[in-house]
Amino acid sequence: MSLYFTKEHEWIRVDGNSATVGITDHAQEALGDIVFVEVPSPGREFKKGEEAAVVESVKAASDVYSPISGSVIEGNQAIADDPALVNRDPEGEGWFFKIEVKNASELDGLMDDNAYREWVKTL
Amino acid sequence: MSREVHSGPTDATQARGTPYSGDPDGGEGAAPPRLDKLPLDSWHRARGGRMVPFAGYEMPVQYEGIIAEHLWTRENAGLFDVSHMGQLLVHGRGADGALEKLMPGDFIAAPDMKPKYSLLLDEDGGIIDDLMATRRGEDFYVVVNGATKFGDIQVMENRLPGEVVVDYMKEQALLALQGPRAAEVLETIVPGVAELSFMEARPFDWRGQSLWISRSGYTGEDGFEISVPASAAAELADEITANELAKPIGLGARDSLRLEAGLPLYGHDLDLKTTPVMAGLTFAINKRRRAEGGFPGAIRILAELENGPPQKRVGFDVEGRQPVREGALVLDGEGNEVGKITSGGFSPSLQRPIAMGYVAAGLAEVGTGLKLEQRGKLFDARVAAMPFVPHRYHRKGAA
Repeated sequence: MSLYFTKEHEWIRVDGNSATVGITDHAQEALGDIVFVEVPSPGREFKKGEEAAVVESVKAASDVYSPISGSVIEGNQAIADDPALVNRDPEGEGWFFKIEVKNASELDGLMDDNAYREWVKTL
Repeated sequence: MSREVHSGPTDATQARGTPYSGDPDGGEGAAPPRLDKLPLDSWHRARGGRMVPFAGYEMPVQYEGIIAEHLWTRENAGLFDVSHMGQLLVHGRGADGALEKLMPGDFIAAPDMKPKYSLLLDEDGGIIDDLMATRRGEDFYVVVNGATKFGDIQVMENRLPGEVVVDYMKEQALLALQGPRAAEVLETIVPGVAELSFMEARPFDWRGQSLWISRSGYTGEDGFEISVPASAAAELADEITANELAKPIGLGARDSLRLEAGLPLYGHDLDLKTTPVMAGLTFAINKRRRAEGGFPGAIRILAELENGPPQKRVGFDVEGRQPVREGALVLDGEGNEVGKITSGGFSPSLQRPIAMGYVAAGLAEVGTGLKLEQRGKLFDARVAAMPFVPHRYHRKGAA
């Protein structure tokens, strides 16, 4: 299992042919109190970088991009029902969606955990 | 995740279009504006305030979180630094009559030490700014919005006669203590303040400093606005927050509190294209001024009072959970554009989205069903009575 990060503050945890996507702790901290989340339905197809989910805090609305291309396996209903779960556990229970890994080479160029945490410090 | 941010800035004092972001960078990609520091800048940072560009200053948008700060203010007492706002002293012979040429308020009959809400108008009756003006003898103490203050001073200097002078009191900070326990907190520090009624003001002494305190605010709660010399502001803020009932509150909660209270925000719900009648602020034009006119845009404003305005400011209850924000369109049942949203967001007290905007007068009745369109998505909404959360001002005889 490997964990990658994007410069748009998504994380992607890859396990064989499937991957779980969410937003980072830095992202939830920057957004503040999250009050609305929209996650994709199973079967939706995304290209890498396409808008896949919506996250809104009291003050800001943002799109969550799919870090890879593929078909959605599952959206996390728990965060749709309780958006504050993303604030409480962004890199665990507050995941957004699971997606199939169509083309593993799309993971090349993403950051690993250390690289991301170091990069965030420079922002 | 995108950095795209839809909601506007957070307070009466920011001009439309200035980037705001929940991100500490605050509006990535925009040319960095030259920002001034508030007298309490280091005080905010020491308390974990997240500073964002706002009205030309670096200001705290939040400390522990907008929802927690919002709810704290509704239940206890919240301390807001509003030192970015412009505190002006208008003085000189005939200041009251001269101000009536710029605004529709009754300044001639204004009693001493009673703040009055008024509006600086352009020749077409459009709103240049909204403000509070308090008679102090022959003089008027005027508090205007931060992002508009230098323009306001220019307008006043251009249009007031030579013997009436506008002084910008830039050495003064302005703090607001708001919430149902604000009086209890401030009374222990400045004895006597609890005797003020809503919309009353007077000077107080505190540790050898002169404070000007009015019982007023912009949250819908009881509370006070305190003008204090900038050099003593941190000491006063420390003393207030030493009381465990009082916490510092950022701009984010200030915006959600005033939206729940149905209070319009300049640069968003009020601008040069809106008149006091469209905005539902006709309480600021009394019988004599309606009869006599003599303020900028009087012909248009009096006609709107007589015949009704083309559009009206209204509240909206929004179906579902997704916030609908400034800039969304208002559509009628046939999909025609009939208005727009000027403020909108999530209400921490009601735990659902609420909004404010303008609609064609014929569709402004409470209960009217309309659609809102945001980023290609339609939302069901209903015209709602404002305030969304009842005001709890401290009126004479009421407590």
